[in-house]
Amino acid sequence: MSALLEVRDLVKTYGSGEAATRVLRGLSLRLDTGEMAALLGPSGSGKSTLLTILGTLMKPTSGSHVMLGQDLIAAGDRELTAFRNLHIGFVFQFHNLLPDFTALENVIFPTSVREGRETPAARERGRDLLVRMGLGDRIDFPSANLSGGQKQRVAVARALMNSPELVLADEPTGNLDRASAMQVMELIGQINREEGTTFLISTHDEKIAGFCRRQIVVGDGLVTG
Amino acid sequence: MLYALKIAARYLTANKGQTALLVLGVAVGVFIFIFMSALIGGLAEFILSRTVGDMSHITIQAETVDPPLLIAPDGAVLVASERGETRTATLSQSATWVPLIAAVPGVKAVSPQISGAGLLARGAQSAQVSVTGVEPGNESAILDLDGYMVEGSARLASDGIILGQKLADDLSLSLGQTLRLQSSDGATILLTLGGIFLTGNGAMDDGRAFVSLSTARSLFDTPQGVTRIEIKLDDLNSADDIALRIRALTGLDAVPWTDGAEQLMEALDAQAQTGIFLKTFALITIVIGVASALLLSTYRRRPEIGIMRAMGAGRGFVVFVFVMQGGLVGLMGGLSGAVLGYLALLPFPSRDEFRAGTLPMDITQGSYGLAILLTVIGAVLASILPARSAARVDPVTAIGQ
Repeated sequence: MSALLEVRDLVKTYGSGEAATRVLRGLSLRLDTGEMAALLGPSGSGKSTLLTILGTLMKPTSGSHVMLGQDLIAAGDRELTAFRNLHIGFVFQFHNLLPDFTALENVIFPTSVREGRETPAARERGRDLLVRMGLGDRIDFPSANLSGGQKQRVAVARALMNSPELVLADEPTGNLDRASAMQVMELIGQINREEGTTFLISTHDEKIAGFCRRQIVVGDGLVTG
Repeated sequence: MLYALKIAARYLTANKGQTALLVLGVAVGVFIFIFMSALIGGLAEFILSRTVGDMSHITIQAETVDPPLLIAPDGAVLVASERGETRTATLSQSATWVPLIAAVPGVKAVSPQISGAGLLARGAQSAQVSVTGVEPGNESAILDLDGYMVEGSARLASDGIILGQKLADDLSLSLGQTLRLQSSDGATILLTLGGIFLTGNGAMDDGRAFVSLSTARSLFDTPQGVTRIEIKLDDLNSADDIALRIRALTGLDAVPWTDGAEQLMEALDAQAQTGIFLKTFALITIVIGVASALLLSTYRRRPEIGIMRAMGAGRGFVVFVFVMQGGLVGLMGGLSGAVLGYLALLPFPSRDEFRAGTLPMDITQGSYGLAILLTVIGAVLASILPARSAARVDPVTAIGQ
């Protein structure tokens, strides 16, 4: 399989002087296209910081970060924003939907913000994704009125809207009951198999990690397994 | 841009109560702006109509020609007095100029006149009067004599005279009585009192007499031309410009009413400045209100801004969402305030019906368009600071909140 992204010798330090905290200590990692990997490790091990850097929401203190052949360390804010929009999807622990928008409006946001308007094509794809997530009867529901599991499925649909190569999920089932968690993970697994989208899922849950073909263990700012 | 507008509109409609309060606050500011514009403009209109309304807006006065100096052959200047020096100066070609002036755009009426001093007598009683000869049928061209008549008619017969009420009372005159009018040169003519007016202007009611132009021609020995031409305009504020045009057209010294009215103009200017201050304060209130409300909204929506940034929304997009919110609030508040202001001004009498004792609110001077435009601009400017603050939100921190 070809490399989708590769980071080398990532160092991330928060604060400075005596208050400086080094969270990543020279971490290196490669993800291939179509992988479904779990990111495991105890709290404070650097999992969230690594996901934030891989998602181009933050730059490391040092190290290299290349995705789809593009050097993301050298890229400016505008380039990173466009790159993120096209190539990376996010699923957060607390779904983080826009509460004043419907399920469909949330799903098509990444496309609409790029196009500058809500196109019929985007609406069509958004509807398809929601139907696929089992939310065909919730398309025009205000997102604030959805259950936790439904919100998280909307968040997964939004992450897939622009057909990104990589989806980063930070504890995507951490706030769900067991049945909803399993439902969400089965959907993610299905998309990974059918569309070849690469998933990197941060979790504490061994059962969730069991859905993934690869487990990456982070400890003390480094990949340990 | 369309999508940012949609999000801005959605944010505003998501909190209807808060948005309604914000729009109401802006509308009140716009209402004050419009109310002050109508009041200051109406007050100026009222003062001008009371002080200048019955005056000539542009006056062309015949210039007295100085007698030529007599120079002796040895170069000495002789003191000379020429016969006719005191003869009334005239605008000899008035018959040519009057139609030319009347055709100038903005000119409402032209009144050629012959005026001079006279002594009005009936029996043993007499009084000094300022006599004005006007064309019959054109009596109310400058001073609204028709409107001020308390007895008789403003229409001048060839042997008729119209006087102020105070003068008529002083001389115990009544309509139809015959009076003797003598010019300063000694010419005397008998006239019949055809009407009595009351303007409320003491000098006018006490010492002014109107006769027909032909009567004045005989009385002041002016067989040709007139002594002055008075001009009334549609808009007295255009007097300076139209006077310049008349000067260029006729070569005559057309003097606008503003010449010599510096104190009045200063007073009106001071009044206008006060209005500008008050309107500026109203706008500042709007700007502060919108800025603080949007800053609060920015703070409340930090997590959502973080999500948008994570999903690929650029800083410019975020700025645009909040600036649009400011613009929409300004537009809605501006329109509401303009409608409220217009409705509040409707019960006031129109500018032609201003009376002492009432607020002279001029509904036509509400500056509605300007109020809306300035409000939208002000609200957009007010939203720039919150918008920039929103664009600087760190998505990682915001999403974690």
